[in-house]
Amino acid sequence: MTYRGRLVLKAAVWVASLWPLGVLVRGWLADDLTANPIDYITRTLGLTALVLLLASLGMTPLRILFRWSWPIQLRRLLGLLAFFYICVHFSVWIGLDHFFAWKRMGQDVLKRPFITVGVLALALLTPLAITSTQGMIKRLGGARWRLLHRLVYVAGVLGVLHFLWLAKKGRTTPYYYAIVLGVLLAVRLWDWGRGRVISRAPKNEPSPPLGERAAVRAETLASSDEARAE
Amino acid sequence: MLIKRDQDRKLRGEDIPSSEITAERLYLDRRAFIAGAAALALAPSGVRAESHLAPLKATKNPAFTLPDALTSYKNVTSYNNFYEFGTNKEDPERLQASLKTRPWTVKVEGLCAKPKSFDIEELLKFSLEERVYRLRCVEAWSMVIPWIGFPLKDLLKRVEPTGQAKYVEFTTLVNPDMFPGQKRGFFGFSLDWPYTEGLRLDEAMHPLTLMTVGLYGQVLPNQNGAPFRVVVPWKYGFKSGKSIVKIRLTADEPKTAWNKAAPSEYGFYSNVNPQVDHPRWSQATERRIPEVRRRETLMFNGYGDQVASMYTGMDLKKFY
Repeated sequence: MTYRGRLVLKAAVWVASLWPLGVLVRGWLADDLTANPIDYITRTLGLTALVLLLASLGMTPLRILFRWSWPIQLRRLLGLLAFFYICVHFSVWIGLDHFFAWKRMGQDVLKRPFITVGVLALALLTPLAITSTQGMIKRLGGARWRLLHRLVYVAGVLGVLHFLWLAKKGRTTPYYYAIVLGVLLAVRLWDWGRGRVISRAPKNEPSPPLGERAAVRAETLASSDEARAE
Repeated sequence: MLIKRDQDRKLRGEDIPSSEITAERLYLDRRAFIAGAAALALAPSGVRAESHLAPLKATKNPAFTLPDALTSYKNVTSYNNFYEFGTNKEDPERLQASLKTRPWTVKVEGLCAKPKSFDIEELLKFSLEERVYRLRCVEAWSMVIPWIGFPLKDLLKRVEPTGQAKYVEFTTLVNPDMFPGQKRGFFGFSLDWPYTEGLRLDEAMHPLTLMTVGLYGQVLPNQNGAPFRVVVPWKYGFKSGKSIVKIRLTADEPKTAWNKAAPSEYGFYSNVNPQVDHPRWSQATERRIPEVRRRETLMFNGYGDQVASMYTGMDLKKFY
């Protein structure tokens, strides 16, 4: 893809991702966010975060299925935007919903499974956001960085569980998200299984060990967008 | 997904610029003003402006007023849990027009000497009074609403419950053409229709238990359970069945809709109780619409003086 194309793509992701936040701010100022604005804001932020997290998780499957290269360049951006929305979602819960009632919130984290998994997902994503820079990838080394960033799968599962468990009976939306996550993970599992079969197959030249292969792949994938953007 | 959300927003009219909405309100307010002081005196300000429903005459009952500020008519009629229309709180207002409330009859039957079908016009002739009640939803939000209705005991006395009658069961209309939420969803599960609710006979005969036909000086809007619903102010909102077509006196505790759907979350009694948590959230606090800060939830929603004696000796953690 051309430099120009990448720029347009990234700009589109920025605009589309921040759009829901803009709509919320406008609605808040106009006092037009239903009779229970805090609930509406919390739900909208959480839902946007989950959409972005699943979008980020969907980039690699797109590459696997269609052999496109462009999705990988959006993976980190989408992940960071998801993290941003989760942080705002969490801050609204603390500051607006519970008004810093720490004891009550602490009890909720321990007693309510849907809140427990939500907080856990945020905790898991924090080191990922911190180590998302080019410098951090180099410092950790591709293999370790890649291993660490596998936590995003766990966070994705926890995010969907958070949504499933908070929804009351009769709400079907969370199940759609669970199905999407299931498909995305299935594509990777299928690809992983395929990779194992290929690496076991006899070849003229010995293939590099799995760990090395992963490391090389991680390095190329992680740095590709920055490198190409130069 | 973004596209779908966008469609949802359009359906809710959120794509309309707020400037246009404001202009419309100003216009209606002015019309209400021109209509004169008489109209404004009948209904609290802002109601006339936003609704086309018929006014309903009722005497204010001074025994049932509250120091709490009323929740606005707009909030009361735009933020509803009424699964017969849909699972979103905005669904009932958006889809309410499909409900036809005439003709409407309410069967009162079961263990009573004189079972009878009441036409809605007949029910509107009961001695109607306006009462301001707190409404506490099981989801930890609350409102203050001026209802219009009459005590359920006035109705039950007419049919003369027998000695065997121990409970009262309320049944909501089933009609998927009028209630789109009653059509089966994609995943095939929702509540088990008809929506049924129930009270113990002493709860049903309690003077606070109000059969309701209006709010804010007008007939009940469809999204609030028109044309005939019950309001039990010391219990979570879902106990107060809407759009009722049948009231049945029974010997056994009736099966209730939410209890069947999720027994660990919604008990038969469901008295407002800050000490008994919902499994997924605490009931100790609530958000009063439209306040920002949470308030402490009151035992029996603040009606303890009047109702606590019905539950003496009962373990309210067990009978939640």
